Amino acid sequence: MSADTERTAGRSSLPDSQPVIEFRHAGYRLPDGRALLRDLNLVVQRGETLVLLGRSGAGKSTALKLINRMLEPSDGEVMVEGRSTLEGNPIELRRRIGYVIQEVGLFPHFTVEQNISLVPRLEHWPEERIRARVSELLQLVGLSEAEFLHRYPHQLSGGQRQRVGVARALAADPPILLMDEPFGALDPLTRAEVQAEFQDLQRRLQKTIVIVTHHVAEALLLGNHIGVIDAGALVGLYTPKDFMSATEPVTAAYIANVRMLEKMEGPA
Amino acid sequence: MNLLEYFARHHGEILQATLEHVELVGIAMLLAVAVGVPLGILVARRPWLSKPILGGANIAETIPSLALFGFLLPVPWLGDRAERIAIAALALYALLPIIRNTAAGITGVDRAVRDAARGMGMTERQILLQVELPLSFSTMLAGIRVATVLTVGIATIAAAVGAGGLGEFIFRGLAMVNNQLILAGAIPAALLALIADFLLGVCERRLQPARS
Repeated sequence: MSADTERTAGRSSLPDSQPVIEFRHAGYRLPDGRALLRDLNLVVQRGETLVLLGRSGAGKSTALKLINRMLEPSDGEVMVEGRSTLEGNPIELRRRIGYVIQEVGLFPHFTVEQNISLVPRLEHWPEERIRARVSELLQLVGLSEAEFLHRYPHQLSGGQRQRVGVARALAADPPILLMDEPFGALDPLTRAEVQAEFQDLQRRLQKTIVIVTHHVAEALLLGNHIGVIDAGALVGLYTPKDFMSATEPVTAAYIANVRMLEKMEGPA
Repeated sequence: MNLLEYFARHHGEILQATLEHVELVGIAMLLAVAVGVPLGILVARRPWLSKPILGGANIAETIPSLALFGFLLPVPWLGDRAERIAIAALALYALLPIIRNTAAGITGVDRAVRDAARGMGMTERQILLQVELPLSFSTMLAGIRVATVLTVGIATIAAAVGAGGLGEFIFRGLAMVNNQLILAGAIPAALLALIADFLLGVCERRLQPARS
């Protein structure tokens, strides 16, 4: 937790720093009027990792998709780097925001190299720069270039696919990274491995990150802040330290869950 | 006179009719692909259009072929030449499998892949051309294959309106109660269908996207 206090201290020395992502009374309703998300107010500062925790269907993925305008808010607004997401071109917005989803969504007809270089190619980077960037990224996510560059997604394991997905999202060096259940499809051991690697990446890259998950342990491990979302509303916002002493009922249920696991593991 | 002798003696005529047949089918298929693929994309994009478009193609499919050739006779320009009627009718028959498979191919693309493409900032056009169409090629080709085999068979009936092709032998054979004449049309037509099926099948397997 010392890294957390350090970073908080670092931020407070820059009081005028502008939030990178800000939800202002943001809500999202389906065409039939059903609200998936109501009156969300949240601020994510530069270099911070916010984890949105909640059960399936609670509205956390909806919140994530409001940030890169995969969905548009029905109420309020979402600001990214000081501008409403509705201002300007959604394509440009999305190219500055890395996006990782649970099923990874690698293009099955593209090699690892083509998948990772997708956004740089869309942005018409010169060929040498793309090549250099791809090998840099493969190294960053711990995949051997010689072995993986020309493989297709179906020739990769789940963990490798996830790593390629992260590399693809980071390709054009976006300042913001959105991750929707990024490690959800992995078996527990691979998951722990990839999470640890990701933690290391997080420390090195200092991106502004929003992660959606329903795993408490993941939230505690990766988040500087944890927002608990239930039935379309934010019911609590904590640092990992405050989280364990929260009294709000949904959060308390998560804590009970963690405690139960701890008890099963026995005293360390 | 046995069948082989007949083929040997009339090989020039048979070859000529076969070429006419290939031409009818070939032009009709090009037309059907040019119209059917965009319609298939439209159906995939706008599901509410699927009923009218697929319904229309379905109706064309149910009209007996001989009747369809007849219906097209009074149509201006088309009705002027027998080949035009034949090609238009064949293209109409080929449309349904092509539209249906194009739409199925596109809607069958993994949602996660589409979502990732959108989230990464690809435009709708880029998603279509670089992701959805390449991933649908083998399904589309399966539709084209079915349509081709279908039209090779139906094209024999085009001879009824004087469009030529292998049907000439069959109709003449029927009129003269001459089995050799019928076979002189039927055998090459069957071979054409088999060859088209085989070749397009090979392409289809080549284009099979690697599935995870």
